[in-house]
Amino acid sequence: MSSRELILNTIRKSNNVEKVPLPHIEEFGITFENKTQKFQEVIQTVGGEAILSNKEHLDELIQKLYPNAKLISSNVDGVTLANFDSNDAQNPHELEKLDLAIVKGEFAVAENGAVWIKNTDNRHRVLYFIAENIVIIVNKNDIVNNMHEAYDKISFENTGYGTFVSGPSKTADIEQSLVIGAHGPKSGYVIFI
Amino acid sequence: MNHALKAKEFVANDERMHWHDKALWFVREKRDLASKGIPEWEQLREYASNIKSHTMSQLDYYLEEFEKNANKKGIKVHWAKDAIEHNAIVYSILKENKVKKVVKSKSMLTEECHLNPYLEQRDIEVIDTDLGERIIQLRNEPPSHIVLPAIHLKKEDVAQTFHEHLNTDASNSDPEYLTHSARDHLRKEFLEADAGITGVNFAISETGGVVVCTNEGNADMGSSLPKLHIACMGLEKVIPRLEDLAVFTRLLARSATGQPITSYTSHFHGPIEGGEMHIVIVDNKRTQFLESEKHQQALNCIRCGACMNTCPVYRRSGGHSYSYVIPGPIGSILGSFKDKEQNSSLPFACTLCGSCSNVCPSNIDLDKQLYNQRQEITKEGYLDKKKRISMKATAWLMEHPTLLNLAGKAARKIVPILPDSILYNKSNVWGEHRQMPKMPKNSFKELYQKEQEKKQGSK
Repeated sequence: MSSRELILNTIRKSNNVEKVPLPHIEEFGITFENKTQKFQEVIQTVGGEAILSNKEHLDELIQKLYPNAKLISSNVDGVTLANFDSNDAQNPHELEKLDLAIVKGEFAVAENGAVWIKNTDNRHRVLYFIAENIVIIVNKNDIVNNMHEAYDKISFENTGYGTFVSGPSKTADIEQSLVIGAHGPKSGYVIFI
Repeated sequence: MNHALKAKEFVANDERMHWHDKALWFVREKRDLASKGIPEWEQLREYASNIKSHTMSQLDYYLEEFEKNANKKGIKVHWAKDAIEHNAIVYSILKENKVKKVVKSKSMLTEECHLNPYLEQRDIEVIDTDLGERIIQLRNEPPSHIVLPAIHLKKEDVAQTFHEHLNTDASNSDPEYLTHSARDHLRKEFLEADAGITGVNFAISETGGVVVCTNEGNADMGSSLPKLHIACMGLEKVIPRLEDLAVFTRLLARSATGQPITSYTSHFHGPIEGGEMHIVIVDNKRTQFLESEKHQQALNCIRCGACMNTCPVYRRSGGHSYSYVIPGPIGSILGSFKDKEQNSSLPFACTLCGSCSNVCPSNIDLDKQLYNQRQEITKEGYLDKKKRISMKATAWLMEHPTLLNLAGKAARKIVPILPDSILYNKSNVWGEHRQMPKMPKNSFKELYQKEQEKKQGSK
């Protein structure tokens, strides 16, 4: 018998767990009067910052945030700062020297300062992690209250990868001191347009 | 070695013990603050418990569905009945792909299976990439906590370790300096690795993908630079629906560290371009829990570590005092259920205060289970000899009221006049760190009888 059969048979034979119905969770969870404001408050507590702007001023704003960034990639319409197309890279290792990644966020979650990033048109998922800094652009109308609303908007019909990003990478593994910039980006901004 | 003996080593350093206690209590307080911010918190815990119990009641169905849907996404699924088979499967995948160096993100399962030494013996270099895990790997120590693996260490210890292995300045123990030194060192490892191994926080049956939560971004770096990604999971990690993740992602980080969510909650539904993704589903005595009415809820654990942070015994005895790979209340349950002989002292490393059950995000009856395990351990003859004899003697005495009264009377007379050298002799284990209470003149029974007589007399 294969281990697969052995495991499944053992479960079938010996399972004693009483059947409990799966809960139907609808219209559940905390909501906020001002979702944008809540998002801004929360992301600050996790080392990030959210800025309200508009499409016309994106270039100017990002340049001000990262005046020294040399290698920049972007998949956001209206941003002309990019000088590197990460989709041209055959190998994700070629993204190693990226100073700044400017990427689209699908929507933001007010309760926890997270942004859902999927970018089906992005070839290398390491883009969100290997760049020294990250700027995520989200439409100002795309904010949900909580994770229940968030998962209603997500699907994985095709092969894919998606991640909730809440602030820059961080760690508190040394004496519980929070240090921003573990393995992913050292800083990050969410810009609502 | 039993828990009490190992704890003795830890508490020998009084200052460090109190420091450890405070560090974990700080995390517990952050958890309280985060959970109080969610008015529907208790309902969420109820949902989590129901979803998990539902899944466990039909685990065969959800695992098969998961496999089917993962296959559709181009993920190869493997099944391992125990730790040895798990290690062999991982090694065979690595060997097939001619892997020399692996970057690994946190996985208590691979710790449980002792994967690192297994691979190292076969000439594969394994680099743990979570900062805490890397620190203890360099020190050749096991993790002392499942979320905060290096919580037992001070920054000066880390400075010394990094100085020896990463050539940092030995006198600089600034956490930011140390973290960024590790970042530079590990970035090189990420870029050189031929494969990434990750754990799994949740496996979604209906979509066939897995979710990994980290703050550092190391699971994503490790699984999206090399062509090969192997995700290792215990079979209890499966959940039915994508929407169930809403419940668990809201509970996990808030319970673990008091954060509203981890920095990264990554959903893997297939390999990177031109790459391969494998998932290894491991039993290693997990299915046995399904059979046990008293202990089946232990499989509902989502590994947040809240029960450790709140446990008065864990906080003061440290993770290394537990003989099982997972310490604290949940580890004591898992460990002593899987191997009663080896871990027989763990359910006794508990005051039965019930704090663990109060903070558990999936509402596991932790204190009840620990209480049950004490009795099972006693019944099956794994109780420590000293404890067994004294329990038997006490039981016998209590079954004989006249003798009990007499013994009490004698003790109340004799104990106050005994010199300390006799009172605190070696057989008085209880008195080793404690002052004996002052003996009252009369027992409760005598006082009660006197009261009753008075009442009778006044009638």
